[in-house]
Amino acid sequence: MPELGKYAAEVLAAYGATFLLLAGLVWATWARSIRVRRALEQALEQRDNG
Amino acid sequence: MSIWKYANPLKFMGWTGPIVVPMAVLATVCILTGIIWGFFFTPDDYRMGSSVKIIYIHVPSAMMAINAWAMMLVASLIWLVRRHHVSALAAKAAAPIGVVMTLIALITGAIWGQPMWGTWWAWDPRLTSFLILLLFYIGYMAMWQAIENPDTAADLTSVLCLVGSVFAILSRYAVNFWNQGLHQGASLSLDAEENVADVFWFPLVLTIVGFVLLFIALVLIRTRTEIRARRLFSLNARERMNDA
Repeated sequence: MPELGKYAAEVLAAYGATFLLLAGLVWATWARSIRVRRALEQALEQRDNG
Repeated sequence: MSIWKYANPLKFMGWTGPIVVPMAVLATVCILTGIIWGFFFTPDDYRMGSSVKIIYIHVPSAMMAINAWAMMLVASLIWLVRRHHVSALAAKAAAPIGVVMTLIALITGAIWGQPMWGTWWAWDPRLTSFLILLLFYIGYMAMWQAIENPDTAADLTSVLCLVGSVFAILSRYAVNFWNQGLHQGASLSLDAEENVADVFWFPLVLTIVGFVLLFIALVLIRTRTEIRARRLFSLNARERMNDA
């Protein structure tokens, strides 16, 4: 860990907030992608089976 | 051969499928390398101390906040002129990414500004135009949610995007338009005196490349999801009509 001196709290807070927001965005993107893909597969299956 | 054939939803799903994962992996590698390089292996700035390390997340996110809107503007214009559904869905897909990038830029800027400027926030031209850009992003997403007919939603959000572009441009050039306010000039510049020192420049550029690739990967994934959601919407509508 580098010596961050008197700005340690600010630097770590900025990086923490960034990683939280990016992780949330990636998770939301991935989760919705999976959910919609499954729902579409199910709907297509239902249609094909009458 | 026309480039517009790639905007066909089936074709789009075909050519984007194989490139999404490599793009996401490359984005992760660039971001992690740039941030680890910048965070652990660059010196403190002689004036800003260690707070200079915030530059590696603040500058790329601020650039992407503006560029995401620029991409939405191009996609919206394509929708308005050529009526390609994929372009409208790509603009819709980019908005949440733009919101997150704008939020990161505002939050990291405020955290950096407190010790450097002595305040979290100032009604500075660039900061204010960024806040308005965030409100436009939120309004744009709300409009997509509020209108049920997808084509009407695409039309109205495209017009909103054109209007909001004024603030996206202001966010980028406010410092040049008004020579006042707290925010300094661009960190990356062709002017050697204004540009950041080489020791900060290389990891910064690597992180910017990573953010651009991450944006492209996320837009592709989200656009693919929107295309599937549109297909699902059509199937459900057809089923409801058959049942009626």
